[in-house]
Amino acid sequence: MEIKVKLFATLRENRGKEVSLELKEGATAEDALKKLEIPKKEVAILMINGRDDDPGKELKSGDLLSIFPPVGGG
Amino acid sequence: MHGYRGKILRVNLTDHTWKVEDLDEKKALSYIGGRGLGSKIMAEEVDPNVDAFSPENKVIIATGPLTGTPTPAGGRYMVVTKSPLSGTIASSNSGGYWGSELKFAGYDLIILEGKSPKPVNVFIEDDKVELRDASHVWGKIVSETTEALAKEAPDKAKILCIGPAGEKLSKIAAVMNDINRAAGRSGVGAVLGSKNLKAIVVKGSSKPTIANPDKLKEVTKAARQNIKDNGVTGQGLPTYGTAVLVNIINEGGVFPTNNFQTTYFDKAENISGEHLAENFLIKRESCFACPIACGRYAKADDIEGGGPEYETIWAFGAACGVSDMKEVIKANYWCNELGLDTISAGVTIAAAMELYQRGKIKDNDIDEGLSLKFGDAKSMVEWTKKMGNREGMIGDKMAEGSHRMGEHFGMPEVAMAVKKLELPAYDPRGIQGQGLQYATSNRGGCHVRGYMISPEILGLPQKLDRFAIDGKAEWVKIFQDLTAYIDSAGLCLFTSFAIDAKGYADMISAVIGQEFSDADILEAGDRIWNLERNYNLKAGIDPSQDTLPKRLLEDPIPDGPSKGNKSRLSEMLPIYYNIRGWDESGIPKPETLQKLQVEA
Ligand code: SF4
Repeated sequence: MEIKVKLFATLRENRGKEVSLELKEGATAEDALKKLEIPKKEVAILMINGRDDDPGKELKSGDLLSIFPPVGGG
Repeated sequence: MHGYRGKILRVNLTDHTWKVEDLDEKKALSYIGGRGLGSKIMAEEVDPNVDAFSPENKVIIATGPLTGTPTPAGGRYMVVTKSPLSGTIASSNSGGYWGSELKFAGYDLIILEGKSPKPVNVFIEDDKVELRDASHVWGKIVSETTEALAKEAPDKAKILCIGPAGEKLSKIAAVMNDINRAAGRSGVGAVLGSKNLKAIVVKGSSKPTIANPDKLKEVTKAARQNIKDNGVTGQGLPTYGTAVLVNIINEGGVFPTNNFQTTYFDKAENISGEHLAENFLIKRESCFACPIACGRYAKADDIEGGGPEYETIWAFGAACGVSDMKEVIKANYWCNELGLDTISAGVTIAAAMELYQRGKIKDNDIDEGLSLKFGDAKSMVEWTKKMGNREGMIGDKMAEGSHRMGEHFGMPEVAMAVKKLELPAYDPRGIQGQGLQYATSNRGGCHVRGYMISPEILGLPQKLDRFAIDGKAEWVKIFQDLTAYIDSAGLCLFTSFAIDAKGYADMISAVIGQEFSDADILEAGDRIWNLERNYNLKAGIDPSQDTLPKRLLEDPIPDGPSKGNKSRLSEMLPIYYNIRGWDESGIPKPETLQKLQVEA
């Protein structure tokens, strides 16, 4: 299945803003992070389709994953 | 007492006299300083029903016991007065270097009373105080005023002033210091304008003493380490400033767009922190003793200056449907120069755009060459200038803020404001606790009286479900109380991402030499909160105003990731009143006030 990943702030370095990922059926957000070589400790906020979600949750084809490093305040 | 300077400078602007009074230590210990002590003095000296622009209103400029000490980000001061915009008690906070300089000159607070017959500046150099004619800087923008006064002042003096917006009594005018730092909200700049006070120039030469320097070194070291290790204060804010929030808030579908008509802005990337950093940033800036250094300095075409912050980018960006960062930077620049609150200014223009969209403002009402279409970035910059100068019919109405402008055009509901103070950049329909916070904030629609974005979006100190209402009232109370303390101590609120109540208690204990526990810190905050509430009630701000704009209560978010949600304020409010020790109608119970020793 294919999912879309949006990356933000420092996570964009060497990876770009937006990537499409081909994952096996039943793959989770964690699997997506592994494929993108993003260490878990660099992830502060993870949204699936705009909602905070558990990184262990199974993804569906067409899902949008948004990943943020520690940021913010304002 | 250490930390404090023990002196208040009282300036009578009517007859140009001044005197120095001793700080009442007992009062200082109960109300800490800054926002708390300033509000206490307001409650004692100023009738809550006073007209904000009358000479009987006072302006209290208050530092805290930690302002000007080596504690991290301890450079803040507060402007406390009765707000001409909301009619509530106002306290607007600013950083930079002015607040610490006032401490170095030997004062904790300045109380400004009366009204000068002519424009005047106050010059302070330690115990030398002078009131000087200000006619040569009256009408000048902030950078020119600052430059001109620097020439008349001792070397390295710090300058606070108002711009033309404050002089012209715009109800959304800010007090500016160090050129681009703003005590922005609630129209405090207009109250100085009403008193004919243009600027306060200050130079000091001695530092506040510290009760326990070794202990302070130890706790400051720990606090600085926590700030460094924390993802937000050690990495996020220093690298991208506050603007990095644009994408987060937008991806969550709570980024109010076109005056809160929608909450997802498809062009957000063009006004994001990442885009700003890549294309427009020149340097970072910091306030006194701050290791975080979240300040930005940006350039667009021939204009450069401090900012823009997240709130500003949103107000002149998505709120107005604008996706051109260059024009956002220009609007921000003009707010700083004219002395306007960027949040209120942007949201007021957005409301004017909606008035036009709904046919309340007609084409022939609009100044030549301009439009009020959502997304017209160039016009937006021109409207900012007109608002700050009260130029033209619409510019003049804009200077009154969104509520009064909406009323004038027969549609006050376009004002996205609480208690007439324009709301900031988070749609409370998809962040329930933040909505309760907006509705109950003692100065109206404001995010920094209890920053629920921290747990509800950023997951600090722990992640809460932003759509849920369970437990939110309790969280809001704690955040509001802790913030009231931080605002009173003279610290920057951003330290609270990394420092907890215990950390704050250790710092103040070491500085002033009186033991404070984390419970004492929160109790002081609770006391300050109730004092402000009481003042507002006496000023006629009744609890029916603890609400949100109708749109946010009744219209579900139409699309995007938070689609279908409305604010569930009415379910949270009774719980909140109850845990505050207020009765069902929102009035503090006598026993609550007694317990906190707040005079009824
Ligand atoms: S965190 Fe930012 S606003 Fe706060 S004191 Fe530091 S530089 Fe100033």
